[in-house]
Amino acid sequence: MKLTFLIACCVLFLGFPVAGFAQDTPEEAQPADSITTPIPAPPGNVTAWDTENDHGHSVSLSWEPSPDDGTGLGNVIGYIVFRSDSPDGPFVDRGVQPAGASGHTDVGSKEEASQDYMADYVDYYYKVRAITADSLVFAESVMVGPVQSYGQWFNTGRIPVLVFVLCFMAITIFFIQKAKSGANLFVRRLAGIEAVDEAIGRATEMGKPILYVLGLGTAADIATIASYTILGRVAKKIAEYQTGLIVPCYDPITMTVAQETVKTAYMDAGRPDAYNEDMVYFVTQSQFAYVAAVNGTMLRERPATNIYMGKFYAESLILAETGALAGSIQIAGTDEIAQIPFFVVACDYTLIGEELYAASAYLGREPLLLGSLKAQDYAKAAVIILAILGVIAMNVGLDGFKDLFYISN
Amino acid sequence: MKRQVPLALVFIFGIFMIIQYFIPHEKSEWVYEFFLDWIYIIGIFALALGIWSLIRVSYDKIKYRRPNWQYAAITLLGLFFMILFGFDYGRHIFSAEGLRNYMFVSFFDYILIPIQATMFSLLAFFIASAAYRAFRARSALATLLLLAALIIMLRFNPYFGAVTPYIEKTAGWLLNVPNLAAKRAIIIGVGLGIVATSLKVILGIERAYLGKD
Repeated sequence: MKLTFLIACCVLFLGFPVAGFAQDTPEEAQPADSITTPIPAPPGNVTAWDTENDHGHSVSLSWEPSPDDGTGLGNVIGYIVFRSDSPDGPFVDRGVQPAGASGHTDVGSKEEASQDYMADYVDYYYKVRAITADSLVFAESVMVGPVQSYGQWFNTGRIPVLVFVLCFMAITIFFIQKAKSGANLFVRRLAGIEAVDEAIGRATEMGKPILYVLGLGTAADIATIASYTILGRVAKKIAEYQTGLIVPCYDPITMTVAQETVKTAYMDAGRPDAYNEDMVYFVTQSQFAYVAAVNGTMLRERPATNIYMGKFYAESLILAETGALAGSIQIAGTDEIAQIPFFVVACDYTLIGEELYAASAYLGREPLLLGSLKAQDYAKAAVIILAILGVIAMNVGLDGFKDLFYISN
Repeated sequence: MKRQVPLALVFIFGIFMIIQYFIPHEKSEWVYEFFLDWIYIIGIFALALGIWSLIRVSYDKIKYRRPNWQYAAITLLGLFFMILFGFDYGRHIFSAEGLRNYMFVSFFDYILIPIQATMFSLLAFFIASAAYRAFRARSALATLLLLAALIIMLRFNPYFGAVTPYIEKTAGWLLNVPNLAAKRAIIIGVGLGIVATSLKVILGIERAYLGKD
């Protein structure tokens, strides 16, 4: 009895490491005497190729699922992909796919220092193992390779974007040329922008300043760049009317650019002497500390008009509601979808989405800017037509229509 | 010349960024990341300008005893002490150094964070007041808005028994059809606006950000 127990213990202690080793090395023979689950058929037709449209360091694989995956024996629960840089191994685990899967992308690191580094232009060999609930029972495919990874110089998956950008550039340049030649371009009405003059006039009559908030965006955000243009136009009118201007900034780079913009506007208005650098000042880069500072300014200075243009987040409603409580006329514009309803509710006028980008052209009435605005309108019309065509195509079974616009990452 | 050089730089780097989008190669990524690093470098210099601006504006308020100048004094004191604590390197009165300094962490955790949380919590009250204003049924459109809002709010109320599935269905339709359609329309418009503005900047049509000097 004691001898039997001793032998059983020896088998257990020696058996575990062997089983563990067998899990990590595909070359390891399966211990036939321990098999209780039937061995499934291996995945077939394994192919490996360099992943397309990437920066390299990646290989894609595809295979035909094992006949025992879902059908047949039905005991395949997934697949493990193994890779080696030599046909003789050793092979290392590069990822697991669930049952039913027929592909895997092996993505390595591009950092040489990383353990996961995968060199480009190096031969690699792959095997795919169909696994069962019993870790000792599996079936491996035939080894495939060699295959090399490398980066591409053109992302063919982004051709629709390229076509769109080129078409849009052509339309924009066409309308700019048309505007330059003196053609009278009709521009749609923007109530929010038409109210700017009225708001500046009100501030002048009341002898109170105008508060201009550029939002929480950085100088690299397009919404902030659009806001600079509006700030320039507004500051020019303010300089002409000799009204006060307050521009508290969230970002120091934004502040520097805004100072230049306002200074230029005052010079254009012929009133460089009225410009004071402290009109545009830095507050803080902490979101709610910034809100507290701007709210404090609203309640102390009681500006006649608050203009919010740029990128806004959770602070939008806190700012706009405080401004409404302070009795200011409020004009807002943002491209942040989630914040638009807040501005619509709390402000007198709101520029919705792309109207923020159209505002600068509308305010300036310069032919070059109006040309680009017309291009924007025509592009929108084209998008609407394509959307209608898409609906029709999908309803009549022309599924290929949507593939024309497929963009890969 | 002072205007031509920045415009040329904007054009060259703008075009590069457009082309880079279509080149996934590692070398293209490296150049892209290299340029992005410059934003941080410029940001550090600009931060110094920003702090200088804050000090100057606050100092003027204190010097000329402008209304509520005390707030400016608190701002400067806060700035000064946080810098002092942040630069302290483990002298005996403090238990840690730099950003782990006891006073620095205490000011941050027990003053700044609660104040910020208070500001954020104001949003709840402002949402209520804004909702009250928006949902007053003054016109046909406002009434429609009120009804839509009611259905969306009732969706989360479990006490309507057999009617609940219908409310959920209607709310789901409101969110997934008219609401989503409007959202997508705005997103498409914003996308076009971004491309148009980017083109204007790259081509030098939009140059308000440049200044005149």
